[in-house]
Amino acid sequence: MKAQRDVWGETLVEVARTDETVMVVDGDLANSTKADLFAAAYPDRFVEVGIAEQNMVGIAFGLSTLGYRPWLSTFGVFLTHRALDPIRMLVSQTGAPVRLAGAYSGLLNGSSGKTHQDIEDLAIMRAMPNLTVIAPADEVEAAAVVRWACEHDGPVYVRLARDAVAPVLPEDYEFELGRVVQLRPGGPIALVSTGVQSSRVMQAAALLEADGVDVRVVHVPTIKPLDECSLLDALEGCSQVITVEEHSVIGGLGGLVAETLTTHGLALPVTRLGLADSWSESGPNGFLLEKYGLSPEQVAVRVVASLLVGLPTRAG
Amino acid sequence: MTERSERPPLGELERLARLVRWHVLNTVAQSKAGHIGGPLSMTDLLVALYFSELSIDPARPDDPDRDRFVLSKGHSAIGLYSVLALRGYFPVDELSSFDHGDSRLQGHPDMRLTPGVDVSSGSLGQGLSAGVGIALGARARQQPFHTWVVLGDGELQEGMVWEAVNSAKRFGLSNLTAIVDLNGLQQYGWAAEAGRDRFDRSEPWGHADLPMIFRGHGWNVIEIDGHSFEEIFGAFDRVREAASAGLGPSVIVARTEKGHGISFTRGTYKWHNGVADDAQLALARAELLTEPEPVAEAALLTEGDRS
Repeated sequence: MKAQRDVWGETLVEVARTDETVMVVDGDLANSTKADLFAAAYPDRFVEVGIAEQNMVGIAFGLSTLGYRPWLSTFGVFLTHRALDPIRMLVSQTGAPVRLAGAYSGLLNGSSGKTHQDIEDLAIMRAMPNLTVIAPADEVEAAAVVRWACEHDGPVYVRLARDAVAPVLPEDYEFELGRVVQLRPGGPIALVSTGVQSSRVMQAAALLEADGVDVRVVHVPTIKPLDECSLLDALEGCSQVITVEEHSVIGGLGGLVAETLTTHGLALPVTRLGLADSWSESGPNGFLLEKYGLSPEQVAVRVVASLLVGLPTRAG
Repeated sequence: MTERSERPPLGELERLARLVRWHVLNTVAQSKAGHIGGPLSMTDLLVALYFSELSIDPARPDDPDRDRFVLSKGHSAIGLYSVLALRGYFPVDELSSFDHGDSRLQGHPDMRLTPGVDVSSGSLGQGLSAGVGIALGARARQQPFHTWVVLGDGELQEGMVWEAVNSAKRFGLSNLTAIVDLNGLQQYGWAAEAGRDRFDRSEPWGHADLPMIFRGHGWNVIEIDGHSFEEIFGAFDRVREAASAGLGPSVIVARTEKGHGISFTRGTYKWHNGVADDAQLALARAELLTEPEPVAEAALLTEGDRS
């Protein structure tokens, strides 16, 4: 198993061999995000801005006007919160080909706690016109998405996880923008997930199967632009949808799925599992996943609970 | 960059500056909304840049080797548009579409819409970082052009500016120059002292030594009167010397007057925004367009004038 941050650094090194437009602009976190792999390989295309995330975005934008396609290297929370206004005006509104690599996304960031946990990034970034928002499931998809983003002529936000998860996609997987991926066929109960949480949801599905509950699992890598038909196809025949995300239950994947179903007149009950409308805390990964209901075991328990109730329940 | 011997006659530049000021006031009056004081305080600086200093060709606004200009204080857009129009980037008549629906001339500069606008701006404090990135990219690409960024003194209150100030020196960007339009006023600001109204207050950075702060960050600092073309060109010459000696980045701290050039707009925060009435337009016209042979008088007429 390999962590997405390692995959990001290694893939950029590889792509940069043949693509001279690849640069990395770092906010003093290269040895965490693994941009240090790129810095070692291409010191002339690595810009260390220091601890100044707004400036980082402005500099990356400036570089993009000279034909470069820079990647930003910092924790997601500092992009989607601290540097949001420069991202909005200089990147999103101009459509500049700046790639925002949101490292250490979600809850699991090495016990740094709520200041560093980005549980609102999908909600914030998907509201931004012009921005492509992708949350890969595992190391395989992360590599594919990084390669795709290097080719894309526009701004991209990629949500990357700090720690490795069990891969759920085959080695020959090909990323297709917008399309959802059915990871597991199953009955009328659909678990819909995104990012590395999809890996934990697959484990939850196995636990549920052992308990006699048959669920299908749908992974949504592209938060925007979503291929709505592919989601509707994947949910065909469903009687209940349960979204699961390492993100706030407000405005992220759950919101996206509910909006899509409503838009198409599908009155399916949607249960949104994720971080309730509250802040988390410091702690090891296992503790956080368990306490905040995102471990495979907790997801399985919450799925059963929502099925027993038979109605959508408030997540949390 | 242009050599000193090739500078246009001062009289011509002064005439252009008056024309720009007229377009600022008149265009905003026709649009019924817009900024006045900031565009007028930077007018002479922009005229000097666009009609002499910048290596640019209005017929090729995307020329990769052109000098770059960033108006970080994007709310002064109408000042930039007026200069760009007179320089030939788009018809002067198009100024009348400023702020209108479907216009290329948005309330704040949009690089994807307006020929000659290199960087979008509007939310304050971001332009210098963009300039740092452009200057870094130019060096990486071995392109010899120069990047200029105009900032407002009020805008310097944004923290992102100082992130960029610090990094420009760290990267040793001699191909980057900032100009601070130090007009001393902002939209509301602070009262100067008890008993005086806001109209009389001093500059927003009155308590701080701005040139010293830039020197402390390692910048080459040049202080001038931002309404004297002789001093402006003197500063440009010193920028050129510093750039070739690798002593940049440079900053020109230009002392200016908000609303400069029109009797009723000068020196007051009350014309930060404003819409001139007919009497004020007539007065401004008399002050600004008094030459024996007014340039392109017909082009100055707008729909408002004709009605």
